[in-house]
Amino acid sequence: MRSSNELKNYQHEQHDFKLRLAVLGLLVILAFAALTIRFYFLQIKRYDYYQTLAENNRISIVPITPNRGLITDRNGVVLAHNFFVYTLEITPSKVEDLDKTIAELAKLVEVSSFDLKRFNKLKEQSHNFESIPLRTHLNEIEAAKFAVNRFRFPGVELKSRLFRHYPLGKMGAHMIGYIGRINDKDLTDMEAADTLSNYKGSDHIGKSGIEQSYETELHGTTGFQQVEIDADGQAVRTLSSTAPISGNNVVLSVDIKLQEIAETAFGEHRGALVAIKPDTGEVLAFVSMPTFDPNLFVDGIDVDNWNQLNNSLDKPLINRPLRGIYPPGSTFKPFVALAGLEAGKRLPPFSINDPGYFTLPNSVHQYHDWKPGGHGVVDIRRAITVSCDTFFYGLAMELGIDKLTNFVRHFGFGIKSGIDINGEIPGLLPTPEWKMRRYKQPWYMGETVITGIGQGYTLVTPMQLAQAIAILANKGVAMRPRLVSGITNTKTGAVSIIKPTVNEKIPLNEGNLEIVKLGMIDVTMPGGTAASVGANAGYSIAAKTGTAQVIGMKKNEKYNANAIDERHRDHALFIAYAPAEVPKIALAVIVENGGHGGSAAGPIARKVMDYYLLGKLPPVEVPPEMNPKNPSAAAPKPPPIDAPEEDIHD
Amino acid sequence: MISEILQGLFKHIDSFLMSCLLFTMLVGLFVLYSASGQSFDRISSQLVNIAVALVVMWLAANIPPQHLERIAVPIYVFGVILLIGVALFGEVSHGARRWLSLGFTKIQPSEIMRIAVPLMLAWFFSKRERSHRIIDFAIAALLLLIPVALIVKQPDLGTALLISASGFFVLFLAGLSWKFLIGGMVAISASMPLFWSMLHDYQRKRIEILIDPTQDPLGAGYHTIQATIALGSGGLTGKGWLNGTQAQLDFLPERTTDFIFAVFGEEFGMIGNLLLLTLFSLIIIRGIVIASQAKSTFTRLLAGSITLTFFTYAFVNVGMVSGVLPVVGVPLPLISYGGTSMVTLLLGFGILMSIQTHKKLVASG
Repeated sequence: MRSSNELKNYQHEQHDFKLRLAVLGLLVILAFAALTIRFYFLQIKRYDYYQTLAENNRISIVPITPNRGLITDRNGVVLAHNFFVYTLEITPSKVEDLDKTIAELAKLVEVSSFDLKRFNKLKEQSHNFESIPLRTHLNEIEAAKFAVNRFRFPGVELKSRLFRHYPLGKMGAHMIGYIGRINDKDLTDMEAADTLSNYKGSDHIGKSGIEQSYETELHGTTGFQQVEIDADGQAVRTLSSTAPISGNNVVLSVDIKLQEIAETAFGEHRGALVAIKPDTGEVLAFVSMPTFDPNLFVDGIDVDNWNQLNNSLDKPLINRPLRGIYPPGSTFKPFVALAGLEAGKRLPPFSINDPGYFTLPNSVHQYHDWKPGGHGVVDIRRAITVSCDTFFYGLAMELGIDKLTNFVRHFGFGIKSGIDINGEIPGLLPTPEWKMRRYKQPWYMGETVITGIGQGYTLVTPMQLAQAIAILANKGVAMRPRLVSGITNTKTGAVSIIKPTVNEKIPLNEGNLEIVKLGMIDVTMPGGTAASVGANAGYSIAAKTGTAQVIGMKKNEKYNANAIDERHRDHALFIAYAPAEVPKIALAVIVENGGHGGSAAGPIARKVMDYYLLGKLPPVEVPPEMNPKNPSAAAPKPPPIDAPEEDIHD
Repeated sequence: MISEILQGLFKHIDSFLMSCLLFTMLVGLFVLYSASGQSFDRISSQLVNIAVALVVMWLAANIPPQHLERIAVPIYVFGVILLIGVALFGEVSHGARRWLSLGFTKIQPSEIMRIAVPLMLAWFFSKRERSHRIIDFAIAALLLLIPVALIVKQPDLGTALLISASGFFVLFLAGLSWKFLIGGMVAISASMPLFWSMLHDYQRKRIEILIDPTQDPLGAGYHTIQATIALGSGGLTGKGWLNGTQAQLDFLPERTTDFIFAVFGEEFGMIGNLLLLTLFSLIIIRGIVIASQAKSTFTRLLAGSITLTFFTYAFVNVGMVSGVLPVVGVPLPLISYGGTSMVTLLLGFGILMSIQTHKKLVASG
């Protein structure tokens, strides 16, 4: 009984056990089915999604920075190039104790407070995993010292970076410009221009001059490397790469030797000179004095140098040819003369008898000539030669301000010359509308009178003045001024010449041009205002001198150049072209506080023309301690003088 | 002569189960070679693990189940004492107190409990063959909860989970009433908030991040995200052996141990995954067959528990790597690198073989 009961019980238990085993078997099947569904979802349905994620994980695009193009002068002299320098760079994320590491590094290589400041500034601006330079321009010994101790500094690397260098230093700095570190504003600009992707990996961008305006040509195309990376971001191998395309070389129309001669000729004077080849618009020299060393800016300028440059009364950072504004003074007269002749006024043999002053009808106010007592009998040609104010007062009045400004505007007064670097300002050619807009006052006849001799509101930049004289030299054919004459493709070697372009052809009467030209030639002849400039030249020079007042003179007050502060002296202006018959060079020179145009600015122009036309070098007159190849390197600073409020509105 | 010796040697080895195990371990070695960045050191050290585990398995297979029945209680008591020792004097590493230093070596007593708990519970029910009283299940539950609680406190959630599962399977197979089972499930669901409050912060975080791995993509969610990317990018056929980018380029964490399945799934794709599940299924089926043919309550319950614990291992690991279960530290059985789990697993399979091959002797004896 018991045994059968036991057996029954045993069978029941067996049965129950197998049932329960089957239930668990079903659980296994369900569980594995669930996993299979999950596999299907991950590996089939969302395969593309995860595939992309895996690719993004493993592939990193590493930019390869292209070599920046060179800048050369018209003869191939290198003005800006690149060279490799050792830099000591730190990746903050890989360094445990940054301060300690830097302190240890400072024992091996010199780390200045400027280096530290720059490092900290860059560190704030960049991500922790980026490599940031601590020291640049390590010499061989420093590099070797670090290399030996490398193992002690995880996260610190010795890198060789391409640096921009301007071998001629200060020479032509305003025209060549410089590159600097890309800042937030540059990034915004690049985003707007959609060029940001081409700057991945680039730290620098052109900030001024040719470097800025020809950035697109110079920068080149960034190459890319597809690198497989591991989870730490370390490159494991290269999958594919697209080589960078080096930037194009930019060839300037400037003759750097001419530039050197011009800069040297300025000596310690401040001022500007622009020389143009009239028939093409090519700029031959572009001088802004004093100048500065663009190399200081490449890797971020230090505070001391910056303050010195920025606070200097001499304003070396101002691009004077493009942004310096001066009253044209008497250099305006040839254009006023031409305006008169073209309007049929003052045609020879018309002449006046100059009493030394001019009065408007129904007025007693006297507009004085610069020469007390006057020039006697003066026709239009002689009026240019002797710079007769009285003659031009009357002519301006008779033409009227509208006719006068409408004519000279064709020569570029009051408008940008369109030169191929940025930053140009348009100067000012006043009109009654402008005055009403600006001062809410009507135009007075007297203002027309003084406009006739380049005084009053009229303001020009040296670039404009050079362009005006170049147009005159080219018989009214206005060429677009250019600093760049060609661009060399560094890959193919192909040179694309930038063809001269005509801005405008001013219809002018040949005879009238001849009259003005003869008057200007006489300027450099005995009896002219710049007779010494033309002496023994060996070629004929058509020129005009000018003087622009810096401070207002009371009526009848005598101007004594020697009695007033240097900085209160008049600006000296000089425009010229030569040879007068077939002009090959046209130029404008302004010497700030130089006094009279013929004596201060004229000799500079002569040296430039002598070299350009005859290949003649000026006599060496620099003291022996000055390096003639670096004309402004050792220029001593003039004693500081309080800057005067320039009052050019007489 | 030689064949007789061999026959004697392999008398207690179940050839089908053995073939499945060996094949799975061979697959495991290939995956490990890839996952370790083609390290022969890892392979040879894993081969040592396998060799040791096989010896343990062979020994277990040759011990008749009756002997195991006799040592069940002492092993269990010994294990619990060691666990208490860990709680009192254990060494802390990585925020967990799991190891007990014996001077010359360190041991992890929770590993002993993996086999001691099912042994103990199977023994317990075999002694109460004819009764199905609630009180028996209550005692059994207590026997299970003591070590589990000690292990949860260490904390070692993965091991606690597996030991709970192994104990639960014994209880279930011993005839735990369905009503009680369903009631228990309801009770567990109801006690979830309490359970939640008892969890360590990192454990809670793991569960939270399982639900939404993007919460912490570089921290705790990183494991899950990178593992699902690895699996998903494997596609149907996989990227090929040694070609898994996630695995080879270090994106997968713990890829030779807990996350080795992600390497496998990336390189062999869905087809590989299904083949691996098939291998696991064959092992489980063989275990269920052994359990259903076992002659005594003790061997039946033990065989069933060992088999389904193996299943739990596999399911929990694959589930966690593929992102359907929280990340608990459970290795992939027979594949993951590591000696302890290999030995524990093969010890279990040795017991299964012993149960299968000793039943004739039991019947005749």
